[in-house]
Amino acid sequence: MQSVILKTATHLMVGLMLVFAVYVLLRGHHEPGGGFSAALLAGTAFALFAITEGADQVRRAIRIRPAAMAMTGLAMAVVSGLPALFTGRPFLTGIWRHLNGFSVGTPLLFDMGVFLAVLGAILSILLALEEN
Amino acid sequence: MKPPLPNIENPPACCRGGLFSSILPLVLFGFLCLAWPRVVQGDIFAVQWAWVPSLDLDLAFRLDGLGLLFSLIITMTGFFVTLYASTYMAGYPHLGRFFFYLHGFMLAMLGIVLADNLLLLFIFWEATTILSFLLIGFNHESTDARESARQALLVTGGGGLFLLMGILLIKAAGFPMGLSLLAASGDLIRSHVLYPAIFICILVGAMTKSAQVPFHFWLPNAMTAPTPISAFLHAATMVKAGIYLLLRLHPAMAGTPLWTGTLVIIGGITALWGAIQALGPCDLKRVLAYTTLMALGVLTLFAGGQTVLSLTAAATFLMVHALYKAALFLAVGSIDHQTGTRDLEHLEGLLKCMPLTALAVAGATLSMAGFPLFFGFIGKEIMYEGALAQEMFPVFATIATLMSNALMTAVAAVILITPFAGPPGGKLSLVCEAPWTMRLGPAIMGTLGIIFGIMPEWVSANLVQPAVFSIHPDREDIRLVFFHGINLPLLLSILTLALGSLIYRHRILLRYRVETFMQRLWITTPVLYQRALEAFLSLAGSFTGKIQNGSLHFYLFVTIFTMVVAVGWPWIFHIPAALVLPETVGPLIAFGLFAFILASTGVVVTARKRLSAIGGLGGVGSGVALTFLVFGAPDIALTQLLVETLTVIFVSLVLLRLPPIDAVQKRSCSRTIRDACLSLGAGLVLTTVLMGVLQVPLDRSLTAFFENHAYLAAHGRNIVNVILVDFRSLDTLGEICVVVLAAWAAVTLIRRPKEG
Repeated sequence: MQSVILKTATHLMVGLMLVFAVYVLLRGHHEPGGGFSAALLAGTAFALFAITEGADQVRRAIRIRPAAMAMTGLAMAVVSGLPALFTGRPFLTGIWRHLNGFSVGTPLLFDMGVFLAVLGAILSILLALEEN
Repeated sequence: MKPPLPNIENPPACCRGGLFSSILPLVLFGFLCLAWPRVVQGDIFAVQWAWVPSLDLDLAFRLDGLGLLFSLIITMTGFFVTLYASTYMAGYPHLGRFFFYLHGFMLAMLGIVLADNLLLLFIFWEATTILSFLLIGFNHESTDARESARQALLVTGGGGLFLLMGILLIKAAGFPMGLSLLAASGDLIRSHVLYPAIFICILVGAMTKSAQVPFHFWLPNAMTAPTPISAFLHAATMVKAGIYLLLRLHPAMAGTPLWTGTLVIIGGITALWGAIQALGPCDLKRVLAYTTLMALGVLTLFAGGQTVLSLTAAATFLMVHALYKAALFLAVGSIDHQTGTRDLEHLEGLLKCMPLTALAVAGATLSMAGFPLFFGFIGKEIMYEGALAQEMFPVFATIATLMSNALMTAVAAVILITPFAGPPGGKLSLVCEAPWTMRLGPAIMGTLGIIFGIMPEWVSANLVQPAVFSIHPDREDIRLVFFHGINLPLLLSILTLALGSLIYRHRILLRYRVETFMQRLWITTPVLYQRALEAFLSLAGSFTGKIQNGSLHFYLFVTIFTMVVAVGWPWIFHIPAALVLPETVGPLIAFGLFAFILASTGVVVTARKRLSAIGGLGGVGSGVALTFLVFGAPDIALTQLLVETLTVIFVSLVLLRLPPIDAVQKRSCSRTIRDACLSLGAGLVLTTVLMGVLQVPLDRSLTAFFENHAYLAAHGRNIVNVILVDFRSLDTLGEICVVVLAAWAAVTLIRRPKEG
């Protein structure tokens, strides 16, 4: 779409939206947010980008194929469930480590998996629609 | 049938992967040979692991005489076929796939003959069905290959279902699934009230797999597969699975008049039917396919018998047939490979150009015809002895065996004489011999035919006797000998050769008679199969056309209508209690949102342009999201808002490509009224149901649990997210799988098929 206003606004907004998506992803455990919302947010950003610059630019920007991204996400979600199995607990039980008052656990990896899977799904539909 | 196109250059091309993978069957064959002497002494190798104990399904394997006989045939043929295919298939695409299927098939076949558990046997049985489907349809770009593969799958797969029913009936009758245990409780099974039903189910399974009349038609059609596959599947192994099943269940189920009578009649008819039709076709592979039918019929006939003689005949002829049939298939494949045709009318005088192949074919056909000194002769003698000793219908059995053997002799003469005799004409004189990988199998198997024929005592002591002993309680010595003295079987053998030569002389007349007879038959099972398939497809087509007519409006109407009726109908009886407005009233802003949603709905309904309709929809969604926010559900509000945004983008990408609303044919007034009524009905039902829900006091115990445990157990303060990624993460995993799959489906639908 050829519109200077849209283009300029998009260039400013897309980066901000993506950073905000990462923020929403990471804050999800304590505040409203999480992998799914973050993926929707990032998907919207890319949709905006695709409308102004075309699907090719989006493909170039994300570097990997959307299907591969979705598969990576699913794989991450599955892998995040495995550590629990090694400690003899049910699949997908959260395992946490505490470092100086800062907690890191497998649910974070799981949430990132959700993010990538949903974003990959959105992008593959979006690009297919744009390219048709 | 195509005219000859000699393969003059004889390229040394060879699929190396295939060549090396022939080590697998060779190694297996070697291991079997190591176990062989112990099995002959009566030892049994058995291993067992529990798999699904609650279903009585164990990974139980057992190597006894019968299993050994079949395994030796399978691995030996497997080795020669792999070796052969590495040259024959060179240049085909997807060779890795081909050899994978081939070896997978061989292992599944070994699984059938070594399994000591009926359910396990059934699993391998189905594996051979599926792998044979893939192998027959290997040339998947040919319509013929696809249809033959589908036919084989439907017939043998359908029979497999019957077999499963039979197995489940055996289980329901309270018998163990272990085959060796089952054999011990034979008397109980035979006197059980379910015995006839079990017998019929197992019989149908075996008949479809082993191509017995009336389920025989898939076998000749399956000849569209590449020749190594035909040789492996349809000569030596897969079609023998049904015979194996009958033999294996012999101690458990045989001995009743039902068993003997049915098998003798069906086997006899199949043998005759196959043998008569073998004279008809010009395609050498089809000829061989019909002779396979004959062999399978004869084997079924002898599996029906209860005497040691009958079973000896079955085991001996099994070997005779495996040796000569695999050799012939491979040799015919060589002829096809070198000359470019396998049409009897185009082939002549190949003796000069392909002398070694001719020698192998001579060995195999003479065994097939049952000439003295060849193994086929021994097989024929014992067959006549067995047929004469049948408890039921001995006369029919003998006549069927005699006639089909005579026809076989004639067919053997056709196969030996027509392509090889005479001077080579035209392009055929340029033909050269096949490479060694393709000659080795036929040569060795042809030679074995004569070695076994000269030393039958060794064969009976080391192969036939262990096999028969493992399925028959009597321990009388089995000796195959070259010369029995002048008796009825010998006279019948001589009569066979005489009749055979007579038939060979009059084969053209006979072929004509058979053809006219076939045309007069008003219904045959292949035609029946074709009609049933067509009827089924057209029924499915019309059904799909009705319920999947492509109108989104129709789908939505049906979905919402069903929801309204299914929820609304039972709800009517409870409505009075529900129609009480909730007492708590939300903040003032909620009324503003309510008005906003209502206005947006109005925009959607009255919109004249698609863009305004989309905007209206977005307005409704955002209004709902803000409502969530007002009532204290920020997570849902956030997600809903984002979903609405994305939906508007996606929908506009799609809808903007459609013609403007005004251009579409104006909807009829009645349809608009009907849709409006449905929408109002759906709204009414949902609203009243929600009001009803609010009447019930809310159970907050779950909320309390999550509030208490979210931070302590899962280190998160956002309960919703903790539930999603921790407490119920398996649900989420399932959901993201669905999301990705749905996206894939959508992409497939969106992408236009590539041109051409």
